[in-house]
Amino acid sequence: MRRELVFWAIAVLLLVAVPPVATTLGQPFYIDLVRRIMILAIAAVSLNLILGYGGMVSFGHAAFLGVGAYAVGILAFHGITSGWMQWVVAVAASGLVALAIGAVSIRTSGVYFIMITLAFSQMLYYLGTSLERYGGDDGMRLRTTSQFSGLINLRDPVAFYYLALVLMLVSMFLVYRLVNSRFGMALRAARSNEARTRAIGFSPYPHRLLAFMIAGAMCGLAGALYANHTKYITPSLMSWQQSGDLMFMVILGGTASIAGPVLGAFALLLVEDLLSGWTEHWQVILGPLLVLSVIFFRRGLAGVFHKPHA
Amino acid sequence: MSSALLFEQLLNGLQLGVMLFLMAAGLTLVLGIMNFVNLAHGSLYMVGAYLAISAAQWTGSYIAGVVLGLLATLVVGMAIEVIALRTLYQRDHLDQVLATFGLILFFNELIAILWGRTALFTTVPSWLQGHIELFSGSRYPVYRAAIIVAGLFIGAALWYVVARTRLGMLIRAGASNRTMVAALGVNIRLLYTVVFGFGAALAGLAGLMAGPIYTVQPGMGEEVLIQVFVVIVIGGIGSIRGAFAGALIVGIVDTLGRAFLRPMLATMVSPVAAERVGPALASMLIYLLMAVVLAARPSGLFSARNV
Repeated sequence: MRRELVFWAIAVLLLVAVPPVATTLGQPFYIDLVRRIMILAIAAVSLNLILGYGGMVSFGHAAFLGVGAYAVGILAFHGITSGWMQWVVAVAASGLVALAIGAVSIRTSGVYFIMITLAFSQMLYYLGTSLERYGGDDGMRLRTTSQFSGLINLRDPVAFYYLALVLMLVSMFLVYRLVNSRFGMALRAARSNEARTRAIGFSPYPHRLLAFMIAGAMCGLAGALYANHTKYITPSLMSWQQSGDLMFMVILGGTASIAGPVLGAFALLLVEDLLSGWTEHWQVILGPLLVLSVIFFRRGLAGVFHKPHA
Repeated sequence: MSSALLFEQLLNGLQLGVMLFLMAAGLTLVLGIMNFVNLAHGSLYMVGAYLAISAAQWTGSYIAGVVLGLLATLVVGMAIEVIALRTLYQRDHLDQVLATFGLILFFNELIAILWGRTALFTTVPSWLQGHIELFSGSRYPVYRAAIIVAGLFIGAALWYVVARTRLGMLIRAGASNRTMVAALGVNIRLLYTVVFGFGAALAGLAGLMAGPIYTVQPGMGEEVLIQVFVVIVIGGIGSIRGAFAGALIVGIVDTLGRAFLRPMLATMVSPVAAERVGPALASMLIYLLMAVVLAARPSGLFSARNV
């Protein structure tokens, strides 16, 4: 426990130190990079709630990233720039879409669930490409970032950085509280033994559906942040590659651990950044690396730092 | 809409359907027998298309290109099975999905390195060009008709192999009880490699047939792969019959939706609204169909067993 606390404190301190250090070294690029990683880490943390703790292998999680981003983009397009309004709509819309997708998908399991979540996210991707009014294939620009009545200015890269950091920590805390609550116990029980869970009087379906919806809503928040980060929203945010990336972050970091997805997000995106700076054809190296990591690296990065409490 | 146009679009739907079937057959066999989710099936489709084009250019003969392309895809398929995927049969689906996702990245980028990112264009040989007259006033491209005939023929051959031969018997036995078949002295690892290669060749065939109709470029496999998932979800995992029915349903619904949904909507609501909603709805149609099928029958129309 003590070692874990020290580890957490060091990690948070390191993240807090990034902007001043990067500014001093004259490398503001790293503020941008780490902010992007932290935003996608929120999405990975939300995916971990259903994938790691709920045992639902969703291959369509990027859809909610897209719904959240488009909610911000479309509202801004129609002149509604209030961040409160935009972000609430982003979270609510992605939660509702998750409710609809989950209601159909969770009736199935195993391979079916993987293929169905992938198909639904692909459906939303095609919907995005055919929204001619909002840029279609090419996507849309976010002209003004979300306005928070002067409380925080997202145009300030450092302020935005700390907001992303706080929201990432909050989302980790939220998932931690959720999985250790009565609800989370039922969710995890359904994952390890569905028949027994039923026998003691818990119905898995509503628990899973609620978890799916919460994860979707959290990912929608990440989408709203991402829209403000890139200031450009494209359908490719909902592509199957993006969903695969999110899954990889969770697995690489270690499923069913609170810090795992964040570690995974940092590892995957830093390697991506490193390789893409080195060669244009970085995916030809990343692909086999991912295959090797699945074959040989079974417990993820979080497993390296501490043993799982069985 | 005229009946000739409707008939032509139905044939187009059938043509898309048989191609989806060739993809779905291999994927559903691997899924049903080895319980293995292979996302890289779309990459084999792409590899088939590229290898056939290069082989045809190299030999100067279309037939030689097809044969060499198929053989090469078979070899590529068996090679990735032996090198990377064999160790993953005992793992859960999540690991399989992630490993084959890595393979997709690798193959897409490798193809981009070797052939470039721009789309390749191919022509069909002169004896497959032109049109045939089906009935007066209705002409249909020979090449598309040939795809339908070849697809149906291969479908029948596949059914014969699986249902009537010793190899097919072993495949079905391996699907229901791997350990028992191995105990009876069958080399199950070799059997799996053969089935995987077989599925790869079918995907390659679909890819090389797609070449002259759709664009040949890196990433071409994934769009088809996701449609094939819809086919398998609708048809039911592990069932060749289900894959066939699902493929035809998806092929025809998708084609007719793209051709007629907009004009149909225009007569019901305003043309402006139809212009706006039509294309979006048409591209979402098969996924909505999938949702309806799932709501009614969660394990597909022809589920072989519960996987």
